[in-house]
Amino acid sequence: MPYIPHTEDDLQAMLAAIGAGSVEDLFDEIPAALRAGSLDLPPALNEMEVSRLMEERAAQDGRWLNFIGAGAYEHHIPAAVWQIAGRGEYYTAYTPYQAEASQGTLQTLYEYQSMMASLTGLDVSNASLYDGASALAEAVLMAVRAHKTSRRVLAVAGLHPVWQQVVKSIVGNQGIELVTVPYCTEGGHTMADSLSAHEGQDYAALIVAQPNVFGVLEEADALTDWAQGQGMRVIAVVNPTSLGILKAPGEWGAKGADIAVGEGQPLGAPLSSGGPYFGFMACKQELVRQMPGRIVGRTVDLEGREGFTLTLQAREQHIRRSKATSNICTNQGLMVTAATIYMSLLGPDGLAKVAAASHANTRRLVEKLTAIPGVERLFSEPFFHEAVITVEPPAGEVLRALKAQGILGGLDLGEWCPELGGHAILVCATETKSEADLDRYAEHLERIIAKRSQGPACTKLKPNENSKW
Amino acid sequence: MLIFELSRSGRGSPALAPSAADLGDIPAECRRMSKPLLPEVSELDAVRHYTRLSQKNFSIDTQFYPLGSCTMKYNPKAAHALAMQREFLARHPLAPEDSGQGVLACLYELQEILREVTGMAGVSLTPMAGAQGEFAGVAMIRAYHESRGDAARREIIVPDAAHGTNPATATMCGYAVKEIPTDADGNVDLEALKAAVGPQTAGLMLTNPSTLGVFEQQIRAIQQIVHEAGGLTYYDGANLNAILGKVRPGDMGFDVIHVNLHKTFATPHGGGGPGSGPVGVSERLLPFLPVPMVGRDGNSYRWLTEKDRPQSIGRLSAHMGNTGVLLRAYVYARMLGGEGMKRVADMATLNANYLMAQLKAAGFDVTFGRRRASHEFIVSLKGLKEKTGVSAMDVAKRLLDKGFHAPTTYFPLLVPECLLIEPTETETKQTLDGFVAALTEIRDEAERDAALVKGAPYTTPVRRLDDVKAAREPDLAWKAA
Repeated sequence: MPYIPHTEDDLQAMLAAIGAGSVEDLFDEIPAALRAGSLDLPPALNEMEVSRLMEERAAQDGRWLNFIGAGAYEHHIPAAVWQIAGRGEYYTAYTPYQAEASQGTLQTLYEYQSMMASLTGLDVSNASLYDGASALAEAVLMAVRAHKTSRRVLAVAGLHPVWQQVVKSIVGNQGIELVTVPYCTEGGHTMADSLSAHEGQDYAALIVAQPNVFGVLEEADALTDWAQGQGMRVIAVVNPTSLGILKAPGEWGAKGADIAVGEGQPLGAPLSSGGPYFGFMACKQELVRQMPGRIVGRTVDLEGREGFTLTLQAREQHIRRSKATSNICTNQGLMVTAATIYMSLLGPDGLAKVAAASHANTRRLVEKLTAIPGVERLFSEPFFHEAVITVEPPAGEVLRALKAQGILGGLDLGEWCPELGGHAILVCATETKSEADLDRYAEHLERIIAKRSQGPACTKLKPNENSKW
Repeated sequence: MLIFELSRSGRGSPALAPSAADLGDIPAECRRMSKPLLPEVSELDAVRHYTRLSQKNFSIDTQFYPLGSCTMKYNPKAAHALAMQREFLARHPLAPEDSGQGVLACLYELQEILREVTGMAGVSLTPMAGAQGEFAGVAMIRAYHESRGDAARREIIVPDAAHGTNPATATMCGYAVKEIPTDADGNVDLEALKAAVGPQTAGLMLTNPSTLGVFEQQIRAIQQIVHEAGGLTYYDGANLNAILGKVRPGDMGFDVIHVNLHKTFATPHGGGGPGSGPVGVSERLLPFLPVPMVGRDGNSYRWLTEKDRPQSIGRLSAHMGNTGVLLRAYVYARMLGGEGMKRVADMATLNANYLMAQLKAAGFDVTFGRRRASHEFIVSLKGLKEKTGVSAMDVAKRLLDKGFHAPTTYFPLLVPECLLIEPTETETKQTLDGFVAALTEIRDEAERDAALVKGAPYTTPVRRLDDVKAAREPDLAWKAA
C-alpha cells in the first residue's frame, strides 16, 4: 500500500499495545449499518503507471502559441522561483501558528506584505486571499462594514464580468448589491458624465478596475476624487505587473484609493488552467482591523532578536467565530512564497521591464493586426497590455481557424459582452512573445480573413505541417 | 536579515527580465512616479536568502508534525512532479475545451472518485479551501430553502466544539448562529439539539469524527431531529481521513459536505495554502452546486456553467479554483484505489489509538480515554499545569527543541490545557515511540525544573516572540530608514 510504513511486526505490536484484536476492532464505535462496502473505484496504480497516465493526459493538452489574457497572464517565470518555492520546507509546512518553528514562512510573508504595500502605494497588505475575484468580494464586504449605512457598491462596467459574478455569489447572501456604471462605447473607459446619475446617492464604495477588462486605462484620478467627494471609499482592482509602470492606487487622485485588490497570478504563478493563484489585498492603515485573512507582524523574541508572528488575530474566525471579518482560514501561502521570490529576482527595474515589454508587444501586435483589411481596434483610449480588435467574420470562426494553426488568438468577447456583436476579440501579447510570434499571428489572420472573403472556407483550412506547435 | 537589507541600488538579475521598451501612448498621469520598494539583488542573493529562510521552517519533509485536525501526512513527490508538467502549467484557463481534454479528464474523474468515496449524489471541485467549501455548502442550503419559498429559516446550528470557520461561514451566508453543547462523552447533547431546532432552523453543521477526536455515535438520531424540523445537515470534512472509505457521509444522511483535499488527499499545505475544498451534495441539492463543474459528452469533456446549471449558487473564483491542487489529489487517489483509501483510515486510526494508548500508559491524561480515538485524540495537561505551572503552550514549545512540531494547542476550546494530536497514517511506530519519549521527558523536566520548560524553545531560530508588542505596535511592512 502506498505511503504506509508499517511492517507486520509493527502492526501486531501496536495492536497489542492498544489491546485490540484487529484493526477492524478500532472502528467498533461506528454503527454497523453505516459501514461502507467496497468502493467502486479504478484499481490502484504504482508511480510508474500513474506517471504514464499523467504524461499522456498532459500531452493531450498540447502546446500552443497563446494570446489570451483576460485576467490570467502568461509571463516568464525565472527557474529559481519554483525550485525554491517547491522546497519541502515551504511546500509541506502548515499555517505558521507555531511561530518559532515557522520563521521561514513568516518572514517571507512579511517581505511579501512589504512589497505589496509599496507596489500598491498603501500602508498595509495582508498575507493573501484565494484569488483576485474572491479578494474583490472580501474588499466589498470590508468597505460595507466600514461604511455602516450603505449596502450598495458601485463599479465601473469595465470590471471583469466574471469577477462581478463572483462578487455577487459571495456577498449576495448578506444583501449587498453591486451597481455598474456603463463604459464609453468609443473610448472603452468610464466617462465622468456616466457618474452623474449616481451623484448624491448612498454607496459604500466605487470599484475602479485599472486597466479595465478591455485593457483600457481608466481616468483613475478623476474617478477616485469623484467617489471620495461623494463619501464613498475607492476599491482599486489592479494588475500587479502593471504597477511596475502605472501609478500606484495609493496615489490616485488627491487622497489615494482606500483598498487595492487584484489577481496575483502574474507574479510567478503558472496559468495552470486557472489555479492555484492568489488574491492580494492592501489598504490604508485606518482599515487594517477590517481586513480579512492572515497578517504577519515583525516583533522581537525573549532575547530581543527580530522575529515574525501572525498578528491582529482578533479579526479572525478562530478567535471571533461568528463575528470574524471573514470565514477565511487557509490562504495561498505557497503562491505568495513564489511571488515574493519572483519580485525579489526581478526587482523594481525588472518588473517595470516586464510591464513595458508586455505593453509594447501588445501595441505592436495591434498595429500588425489592424493593418489587415477588415480588422479594427475597437476602443480609442490607451491600453496597458490587452486590447479589443474586431474582425468582419464571427470572432468564434476566426479563432477556430487560428487554433487549427496552433494559435490561441485571444478571447471571443461574445459571451461576456454580447453588446459588441460577436466580432470582438480581446488580445494580449506579454513579454513572452517574440516578433516572429506576432508576425505568425498576423500572417495567419490575414490569410484566414482573405480566404473567408472569397467564400466560407475557414473550416477547411489544413493544419500547417511545418508548424513547430 | 530582510531581503531589503541586502538590496543595493543598481544591482539586479538582468537576464531574468526582457529588454527595456518604451511606454508609448500611456498618458503621463497614469504612470508610476517612484520606484516600488522591491529589492535590488543578484539572483544568487535571492536564491540564498530564500533557501536559508526555508531552512527556518519545520515541515512534514523534515519533522513529525502531529497537528490535530490538520492531517499533516506525507505529500507524495510524484503528485507534485506530475502536476507540474509543462502542458498543464502553460494551459490558459480560458483556452478552448478541446485544448484541455487531458486536464478536464482528470478533473471529471476526480469528481467521480469523490462522489463515490463520500457517497454523495454530485460533486463540484471549485471551492478553493475548506472554508470556501463551507461557504458553498451553506449557500446551497440557503438556495434550497429559498427555492421552496421557505424564507423563515434564518439560523444555523453549530456544536460548540466546531472549528471557528463554521460559525464564521454561517454569518457570511447571512445566517444567525446557534451554538449547542457537547456531552461528557464528546457527543452532541441531543436534548439541547431538540430544544434548538424549529421552523427557524436552516441547518446543522457537524464535524464527524468531531474535533474531540471521537465518532459521533448518535449520528442517525441527529439527522432525524434536524430533518424532521425541516433543516438540512452539513458535514465538515476536516476529519474525513479517519473514516475514508469506511463510512461515507452520504450514508450517514448528510445533505452537503466538503472535503479538504489538503488534508485527506495529501496535497501540500504550502505554509498556509493553497488548499482545496470540493463540495458534495445529496440529490435535492444537486441543482445548486457551484460552477464550473466538468461534464462528459461521450468521450469529450467540457465545462458546465451557469447555462447548464441555472440554479447554481454561482462562481466562487474567476476560473476553476485551485486546479493544480486538484491534479495532485487526483494522482494520489489513483495511486490509492479503493482498498488503499480504506487502508488510509485503518492506519490513521491505528496510529492514533496506538499513540493514545502509549501516552495513557505513560501516565498522561487522555480526555476521552474511554472512547476509541478516531485519527486524533486529546491530551489535557491541566494536571501538569496545576502541579508545576507548566502550560500546554510551554510543552508545545519544548517539543520544538526535541525536534517535533507541536500538536494543535488550546483547540478545541472545551478542554483546558489541551493538545490535539493527529499522527496520520504515514508515520512509523519508531517516530510515534520517539514522540512519547519526548513528551515523557518534558513532563519530567517540568516536574524537576519548570523554568526550563517555560523558557522553551531554545534551539529554534528565535525564542518565544512578543505577541503583545506585535499586536500593540503593529509593524506590518518594512519601510526604508
